[in-house]
Amino acid sequence: MISAAEAIREATEQCLSADDRVYMMGQGVADPKGVFGTTLGLAQRFGSERVFETPVAENGMTGVAIGSALMGRRPIMVHQRVDFAMLALEQLLNNGAKMHFVTNGEHKVPLVVRLIIGRGWGQGPEHSQVLETVFASAPGLKVIMPSTPYDAKGMLIAAVEDDNPVIILEHRWLHAVIGHVPQEMYRAPLSGQNRMRVGDDVTIVASSFAVLEAMEAADLMAECGVQADLFDLRAVRPLDLTAIFESVRRTGRLIVVDTGWKMFGLGAEIVAQVTEQGFQHLRAPPIRLGLPDYPTPSSRGLVGAFYPSSQGVVEAVGRLSPEWIPRLRPAIDTIQTRRAKLPVDAPNPAFRGPF
Amino acid sequence: MSQDDVPQEGLFFDMLRNRRVELEISRRYEDGEMRCPVHLSVGQEAISAGVCRAMKVGDQLVSTHRAHAHYLSKGGDLKRMLAEFHGKATGCCGGRGGSMHIFDRDAGMLLSLPIVASSIPVAVGAALAMKQAQTHSVAVVIFGDAAVEEGVFHEATNFAALKQLPVVFVCENNLFSVYTHLNDRQPDLPLQRLGAAHGIRSLTADGNDVEAVYRLTTEAFERARAGGGPSLLVFDTYRWLEHCGPGYDNDIGYRTEEEFQVWKARDPIERTRQKLFALGLLDEGSEAGLNAQIDQEIAEAFDFALESPLPTSSEFQIYA
Ligand SMILES: Cc1ncc(C[n+]2csc(CCOP(=O)(O)OP(=O)(O)O)c2C)c(N)n1
Ligand SMILES: [Mg+2]
Repeated sequence: MISAAEAIREATEQCLSADDRVYMMGQGVADPKGVFGTTLGLAQRFGSERVFETPVAENGMTGVAIGSALMGRRPIMVHQRVDFAMLALEQLLNNGAKMHFVTNGEHKVPLVVRLIIGRGWGQGPEHSQVLETVFASAPGLKVIMPSTPYDAKGMLIAAVEDDNPVIILEHRWLHAVIGHVPQEMYRAPLSGQNRMRVGDDVTIVASSFAVLEAMEAADLMAECGVQADLFDLRAVRPLDLTAIFESVRRTGRLIVVDTGWKMFGLGAEIVAQVTEQGFQHLRAPPIRLGLPDYPTPSSRGLVGAFYPSSQGVVEAVGRLSPEWIPRLRPAIDTIQTRRAKLPVDAPNPAFRGPF
Repeated sequence: MSQDDVPQEGLFFDMLRNRRVELEISRRYEDGEMRCPVHLSVGQEAISAGVCRAMKVGDQLVSTHRAHAHYLSKGGDLKRMLAEFHGKATGCCGGRGGSMHIFDRDAGMLLSLPIVASSIPVAVGAALAMKQAQTHSVAVVIFGDAAVEEGVFHEATNFAALKQLPVVFVCENNLFSVYTHLNDRQPDLPLQRLGAAHGIRSLTADGNDVEAVYRLTTEAFERARAGGGPSLLVFDTYRWLEHCGPGYDNDIGYRTEEEFQVWKARDPIERTRQKLFALGLLDEGSEAGLNAQIDQEIAEAFDFALESPLPTSSEFQIYA
């Protein structure tokens, strides 16, 4: 049992050992904090040719990574916040995503970009975004959002071995999650969902940190006799929703829970595809949960209402099937009691900032 | 500029106030009431004081994540700044921004931005507006040594030079970007050469000598106001505390205690203090008075921040 941060570190170490074309660069990868602990010790072990700091020059360095990838190297780039990678969009979307296509399949861009997403404490509008759909909208990129330590390691290894540019969106509050992670160098597929809970009453599709919220909701609802079929989306692009279609055929009810903005979010695409494919199976209009339509505020007075929560998931299930509302009351009570003990703006009560 | 033209006591007061504010933020941080990152400027006070004292009403200041001292020296409101750090409705951004988005129209603080170098072209745009409106004001942008690594620095300085805009670029070179030393990010060359490459007048002075900073900026502002175009000013200094957060971190391995001690011996406040004592402009009594005055202001501002309500409104202004 190790944390996702350790799992990422272990995966990187194994990739660097297994293939000397793999190298890693980014701001902080060789510093004493090691990008939330995910790169600690690697510069010492592999040397400054393989693991190195970069200038603060995101777009330029992404172009450098792409150029080296065209020549057969396998770079891993790390950005401490997705917000900083906005400077690199030109290279990523224009060159990274299109080199294989435009050269009629001759060039390959085996690039991995790790982007840390989501809330910190009081970080405000330019340090806590998710922006998954910016990447998801670009054909030619692969985009993944692991939520478990197992996937954090296995999908990173698969990404490094993949011949396409792979964007990994890592939620910083997931770095601390502990789980079972095999020691060997294994791969987890870069497409398809994980079924986290099995049920016949409602299909829930969540991504990244929202998976944790949805799991809490699903477990408490199960105690109330409502069984959710819960999927961790994991892979955003390519997007294979076969298992979700099958699930909705059984449950007739669909809720999607995004970590990013609801409007134009991943949920919009999922709901659209489910509706196109199996409209006749739906017993109620699908529900999308996600961030409301404004930027992340800094103040703890404002973030409480900002993030989708397990309570919101239970309430959404009640809206799909109003006859379940009385039955779900204990689930909501439990969530409220638990949350009252937790800070609204920190991953745990011991958290003291400053990041 | 003669000796008399330098507002020695005002510069000293500014630095002292910034130091005491930052140290009080550092001391109170663990109370968990300021629930946002804080980037303190302890050790770098000469630049904010020297640059901002030389600015005039109507001039606009643009800053970074490390903006507290810049804002206060520019005439910012300590109460509203601390209220913002406390996430309060009375903060300078109503709790939306936190410590990395300080804004104050009255003080001429156009904005501060947490994305490295993102603010530089915005200052150039402010200068373009000033030129178009013929206001004879100056836009000033203070940024760190890492910002010149971003493409946008070069794009913005090129345009400012091309149009001879009234903008002054101030690089606060504290040798580090987070934990990464300048030598691990840039080849060894004087930073002011980067401005020269774009045809911008580029000068440097000791960033821990407030008088030198004041003289150089005053001259650059006058030139810009008179239509003489942009300048790049590079000031070397040193951040005493950790990159982000309240403490010292010389022990974690990215820099040495010895290096810190060398820079601490060049404390900009102590240097000015000794000069003022020698000139007879300060003595122990008046110094104690200044400290007491500042500490009272700080205590009142913290009380204001703590007592202010949290914002609750869900009516956000997304569109004008
Ligand atoms: C585009 C971008 N990349 C990376 C960061 C992360 N970051 C925040 S502060 C900082 C250090 C910047 O160093 P410098 O410009 O020298 O300012 P200092 O902190 O030393 O005052 C970095 C890299 C960021 N905010 N924006
Ligand atoms: Mg710096």
